[in-house]
Amino acid sequence: MKNQNKFNLLPLSPTVDKVGVEERVSRFQKRSIKTNSKMDGLKMVLNMIDLTTLEGKDTPGKVRQMCYKAIHLHDSFPGLPTVAAVCVYPSMVGLAKSMVKDSGVKVASVSTAFPSGQAPLDVKITDTKYAVEQGADEIDMVISRGKFLAGEYSFVFDEIAQIKEVCGEARLKVILETGELATLDNVRKASDLAIYAGADFIKTSTGKIQPAATMQVTYTMLMAIRDYYDETGIMVGMKPAGGISNSKLALHNLVMVKELLGDEWLTNEWFRFGASSLANDVLMQILKTDTGKYQSSDYFTID
Amino acid sequence: MTSKNKNWEYSPSLESTGHIKLKKKYDLFINGKWTKSSSKKYFKTINPNDEKLIAEISHANQNDVDLAVKSARKAYDTVWSKMPANERGKYIYRIARIMQERAKELAVIESLDSGKPIREARDIDIPLACNHFFYYAGWADKLDYAFPNRKISPLGVAGQIIPWNFPLLMAAWKIAPALAAGNTVVLKPAETTSLTALKLAEIIEESGLPAGVVNIITGHGDTGASIVNHPDINKIAFTGSTGVGKIIQKAIAGTDKKATLELGGKSANIIFDDAPLDQAIEGIVNGIFFNQGHVCCAGSRLFVQENIADKVIRKLKHRMKSLVVGNPLDKNTDVGAINSKDQLQIINKYIKLGKKEGAELYQSTCSIPKKGFFCPPTIFTNVAQSSILVQEEIFGPVLTIQTFRTVDEVIQKANNTPYGLAAGVWTDKGARIFNLTTKLKAGVVWANTYNKFDPASPFGGYKESGFGREGGMHGLSAYLKLS
Repeated sequence: MKNQNKFNLLPLSPTVDKVGVEERVSRFQKRSIKTNSKMDGLKMVLNMIDLTTLEGKDTPGKVRQMCYKAIHLHDSFPGLPTVAAVCVYPSMVGLAKSMVKDSGVKVASVSTAFPSGQAPLDVKITDTKYAVEQGADEIDMVISRGKFLAGEYSFVFDEIAQIKEVCGEARLKVILETGELATLDNVRKASDLAIYAGADFIKTSTGKIQPAATMQVTYTMLMAIRDYYDETGIMVGMKPAGGISNSKLALHNLVMVKELLGDEWLTNEWFRFGASSLANDVLMQILKTDTGKYQSSDYFTID
Repeated sequence: MTSKNKNWEYSPSLESTGHIKLKKKYDLFINGKWTKSSSKKYFKTINPNDEKLIAEISHANQNDVDLAVKSARKAYDTVWSKMPANERGKYIYRIARIMQERAKELAVIESLDSGKPIREARDIDIPLACNHFFYYAGWADKLDYAFPNRKISPLGVAGQIIPWNFPLLMAAWKIAPALAAGNTVVLKPAETTSLTALKLAEIIEESGLPAGVVNIITGHGDTGASIVNHPDINKIAFTGSTGVGKIIQKAIAGTDKKATLELGGKSANIIFDDAPLDQAIEGIVNGIFFNQGHVCCAGSRLFVQENIADKVIRKLKHRMKSLVVGNPLDKNTDVGAINSKDQLQIINKYIKLGKKEGAELYQSTCSIPKKGFFCPPTIFTNVAQSSILVQEEIFGPVLTIQTFRTVDEVIQKANNTPYGLAAGVWTDKGARIFNLTTKLKAGVVWANTYNKFDPASPFGGYKESGFGREGGMHGLSAYLKLS
């Protein structure tokens, strides 16, 4: 059965109560993460980062440097993991791939007329094909928010399903751009839609729109993943992106994943952070935990 | 690189106790002075987490109660009833502010003495207790506006007896409106949780409140009985079990004592199929496992619409996995220690009974500390309306789950109990909420939330859950003669 035909299997999404979600999220934020669990958590965060540069002004030089940093986060402190992946535009995929080689760091490419998604389907397919051919391990697509908000759910569903077919071996992350979806009910509906259409990962945002990965939104998406797992036994990954710039918030996200989905999801196979500045804050925290001193940001490289 | 992580556990994160000040022995706070009991007897208060002694508490006898009532009467006659209302308000504000300054110390002591998680003491009990004082301080000079065109006067001396589940909060619920309305007070905390009331006595001392306006005496049931039976007390305010409430009601029959009784409950929490399910699960957890289920309005009877019952139970079991049971002083603890050995025995007796009645038991799989009084979060499915487990108040982290098909059925079943304290309704449909709130015989009905309290909101019960209201303007009228 082609994925498009599965639209009829899409269940009715449950309602989401915003006040209740806020209350639940505040409980994750009250978890106290100290000593060993803090250190383990911070290293886990590093290992889950998709180090990202998605600017019109990106240069091969910048991408090359970011790829080096992805593997060598802070060489003066031994025992650190690499990040999970680098995330770039399709035009930079080939270069990035040649840089990360067999380090284990994956190359993710945005596609489908990122960030707006305002292009016809055949352009989106060509965009995705190109990224895959260049060697992308992962595709971060955007949904057509306009169509979704207009209630054309089957259109959005079919689009995701067709991109999934083009991806081949590459894992598909579906960006909902929750900042444009307005309500948590919509976030839940879009999550269900993306998951049933074949997403390997669901992702909050492009990073170009605010608000991005709030914990309320991530919570709502994690519950969609939980329900799908309970129904089918299939795991789907989660990637909050945009707005997670400090260690504390990242750790609270891990707490949330642990308590809602379980420890199985606490690897970079199933959970990612899309972030550009998070890595350095985590490094600063790790070194502080180790030395007891906060160091100046001058000791941490920007790319 | 894909790393395989071992399970990520939270390291212990204990709240420090270095900053708290506790005496080894506590006497009675009568007429503004720390007074030795004429009984010369002391009893022990222990930490339910490790069963270690925290302090010794004085056991007040009849003579001590006489002395306390006498000093309350004198303070009423000579100072408190004559003081301008705005001055009265200033004292209550001052108490509120000092409590707020010492919030951290109060939270730690509350957690140590009662077994409740530090998170709850810190975020709920203590801030709410402060807020009650602030709220009623504001009313002190505005009573005429609360009851327009009525002649108001205070009642006199109030005897107040409070339970062990929310020790400082209940003291605040009782003392703040009584003082704002111009009464003086003799208050007895529960024997297992006297410490924060005694700390409140220190705060009252520091506030400069005139001697005798608030007297805090400690002791067991006999001390409470002496208060209830004292001829010079004008009003009894009691929060506790329905059994004791009935005894009090009998004891004051034929006297002109006024009373408010806030008693037990077996409240229904009702989930409809259109409810925001994951938030409803939180409401179930918050309804029954908050404060180890030692909550008079706990949502201890869960009613789930039958077409979502399996899903709700599955989700609830999953949620229970992430509840941390353990040392109340750990900031990550969700469910702390049962308040006393006696209470743990009562709860265990009911769990045993539930199994005997043929109900299906599920308990959290979390590790439980070996020492201290602990009970894992527990749910029973396959129970009947006629099961004793469904009928009687357990006052512990034990939930019974029943299913229903129609709205009428669930209203009937929810009301089919001698109690009537609270209820919860979970649905996305506004009309259904209003329909149920008018038909459920409960003092409080929460919609799409549970166990929410606010000083401005009245609280109290129907039927055997008691009478009279605490909180809000209703709480004031319970301490005033209105004519």
